[in-house]
Amino acid sequence: MSVAVAPAFAADQIFVALKYWLVLHTPGPFQTLVSILLTIIPIIVVFPALFAVTTVLERKGLGRIQNRYGPNRVGPWGVFQPLADAVKSLTKEDIVPRSADHVVHYLAPLVLVATAFLAFAVLPIGRNMTAVNLDAGVLFFFAIGAATELAVFMAGWSSRNKYSLLGAMRAIAQMISYEIPLILSSVAVIMISGTLSTTRIVDEQAHYTGTVAHWNVFTPWGLAGFILFMIAATAETNRSPFDLPEGESEIIAGYFIEYSGFKFALFFLAEYLEMFAVSGLGITLFLGGWSSPFSFLAWIPSWIWFFGKLLALIVGFIWVRGTLPRLRMDQLMNFAWKFMLPMTLVVIVSAGVWRFLPAGVAGSAALGGVIRWLVCALVVAGPYIALARVLERGRKIEKRTYRYAE
Amino acid sequence: MLGEGIIQGLMETARNFFGSYVEKERLVTVQFPEERRSLPEATRQFPFLLYDGDDPERGLRCVSCQICEKECPPRCIHIEKSKDRKPDFVGKQQFYPAVFNIDVSVCMSCQICVEVCPFDAIRMDTEFELSTSDRFGGLLWTKRELARSNEYYRQIHPTEAGECDERRAKELADAQAKAAAAAAAAAAKAAQAAAAPAAASNGAPGSGAKSEPAKKVVTQ
Repeated sequence: MSVAVAPAFAADQIFVALKYWLVLHTPGPFQTLVSILLTIIPIIVVFPALFAVTTVLERKGLGRIQNRYGPNRVGPWGVFQPLADAVKSLTKEDIVPRSADHVVHYLAPLVLVATAFLAFAVLPIGRNMTAVNLDAGVLFFFAIGAATELAVFMAGWSSRNKYSLLGAMRAIAQMISYEIPLILSSVAVIMISGTLSTTRIVDEQAHYTGTVAHWNVFTPWGLAGFILFMIAATAETNRSPFDLPEGESEIIAGYFIEYSGFKFALFFLAEYLEMFAVSGLGITLFLGGWSSPFSFLAWIPSWIWFFGKLLALIVGFIWVRGTLPRLRMDQLMNFAWKFMLPMTLVVIVSAGVWRFLPAGVAGSAALGGVIRWLVCALVVAGPYIALARVLERGRKIEKRTYRYAE
Repeated sequence: MLGEGIIQGLMETARNFFGSYVEKERLVTVQFPEERRSLPEATRQFPFLLYDGDDPERGLRCVSCQICEKECPPRCIHIEKSKDRKPDFVGKQQFYPAVFNIDVSVCMSCQICVEVCPFDAIRMDTEFELSTSDRFGGLLWTKRELARSNEYYRQIHPTEAGECDERRAKELADAQAKAAAAAAAAAAKAAQAAAAPAAASNGAPGSGAKSEPAKKVVTQ
C-alpha cells in the first residue's frame, strides 16, 4: 500500500488492526484463545444486532407497502420495537407439550441457531476479515446450510403435532429441491474463478477494467445466476413467497408451532441469520464481496461495502415479501424442477462459453468484450424465452370472476 | 413473458411504499388514543339507566317492572323492587329499583332490554374503554354507576333522544290535560252539588248551562 491511501487503508483495516493489537497485549498462553474469541464474538454480536434492525425495518417497510405506518409506539418512530419484542419473548412462558420428545424438542432451536452462526465462518465481511479462510469455503457453507434441515425436522418431529410435522415435511421437500439450483448457480462462479475459497473468489472480482470492477453480476451468466441464486436463497430460508413450511394461514406456524417464549424467538433469529448468511454468500459469489463497484469508490472501507450490499439485499427480500402471495405446493415443486433447474444448467453452459470465448477479437479488446457479452447473453436469453413459452403453453391468464361475491 | 407479472407487482408495491410518504390520504390508519374517529349514532356497547333532572336517585325513570330482567338472554340484569313508591314524571306513584345491577362481563350488547322497556328507562351507551383490573366487582355495575342524565343521552344519540323526548312530552301533556279535565269535572261536580239546593229553588236551566263546558273537556 502506498502512503497516499494510508488513511483509507487504516479505516479499512481498523478491526483487523484492533484485533492484532489486543492479541499482542495478552499473555502468551492465552493468545490463541483471545484470538479465537475476538473472531467469534463480533459475529455473534453484529448479526443478531442486524436481526433486530431488520425486524423493525421489515415491519415498517411492509407497513408502508400496505399503506400503513407500521410500529411507531416504542421510542421515536418505533425504533426501540426490537427491545420490546425481546422483553416480551424473554418473559413469556416456555411451554413444552407433554407428549413431545423433550430432549430433541429442546435441542432443535439450539442446533438451528448454531448451524446458522457457523455459516458466517467462511464469509469475507471485509478485506482480511474472514473468520476461517477455508480452501473449500463454499463447500463448507453448503454443508452447514444442509444441516439446518436436520434441525427443522427435529423441531417438526419432536413436537408431536400434525401441523408441525406437515410443516417440517414441506420444509424438507422445499429445502432439498431448492438446494440444487442454489448450488448449481454457484457452480458457474466456481468454474470461472477456479476455487472454492470464498476469500479468493472475492479477490478475483476485486480487479478493475477502467473504473468498473470485475463483479460476476456484470456478466450475462453472472446476472442470470445471481437472480436464480437469490430465488433459491429465498426458498432456502423459507421467506415469502416460499413460506409454505410456516404458512400461518394453513398450518399456523409449521414446524415451530409448539415453541413459545425464547425458543420461538430463537427460531426467528435463526431464520434471519440464514437469510443474512445466504445473502452474504450471494454477495461473495456475485456482487464482489467487500469490493467497491467502481475504482474511485475504493476508499470507502470494505466492511461498509459488505454491510451496505447486505442491507440492499435485505430490502429486496422485504420488497418481495410485501409483493408476492404464497405459492402452492405443486407450483413450488414445478418451479424448482421445471424452471430453476434447467435455467441453472443453462447458466453453467453460458459460463463455459464465457470462459472459452476470446476476450479480444482482431486486436480490439472492447469489440471482443462486447461480442463475448452478447453471445453469452444470447445463450441465457434464448433458452429462457423457449422455456417460458413451453411453461406458459395452454395456460390462459384472465381476470377471475366471482358468481356470488361482489 | 415469464416474470412480467412479478415485475409489475413489484412496481405496484414500490408505488405504494413511496406514495405513503408523499400522499397523506393513502394512510388510512387512525392513531387511536390521540386521534379518534367520531362514532356513528347507532353505536351501542352496554346499557345505562336514564334519569330526569339532576338527582340520579330521585329522577330515575326505571319503575322496576322487571321486564328487561326477564327478557335478557344472558340474564345479566338483577333487579330488586322497592317496598315503597315514589311519583314518576307524570306524578303517578310507581315502584323504583332498590337494587339494579348489570354484569357487563355477561352482557352481550343485544339491546333487547332497550327494545322491551315501556318506560324509556334503559338505553345503550357508546362508551367502550371499560377495562378494569377488578374482574368481578369492576364489571358488576350498580344502579349508581349505570345512571346517566337525559342530557347525556341527547348528546350520544340525538335522533333517538329527540323522538323519546317528544313522546314523553306528549304523554305528559296528555296526562296533564287529563288531570285538568278530571279536576274540572270534579270542580263541576262540586259546583253542581253546591248548586243543587239552589237549583231546587231557582230551576234547572241555569245549572245545565254551567256544566256544558266541563263535559266537552272530558270527551276530548
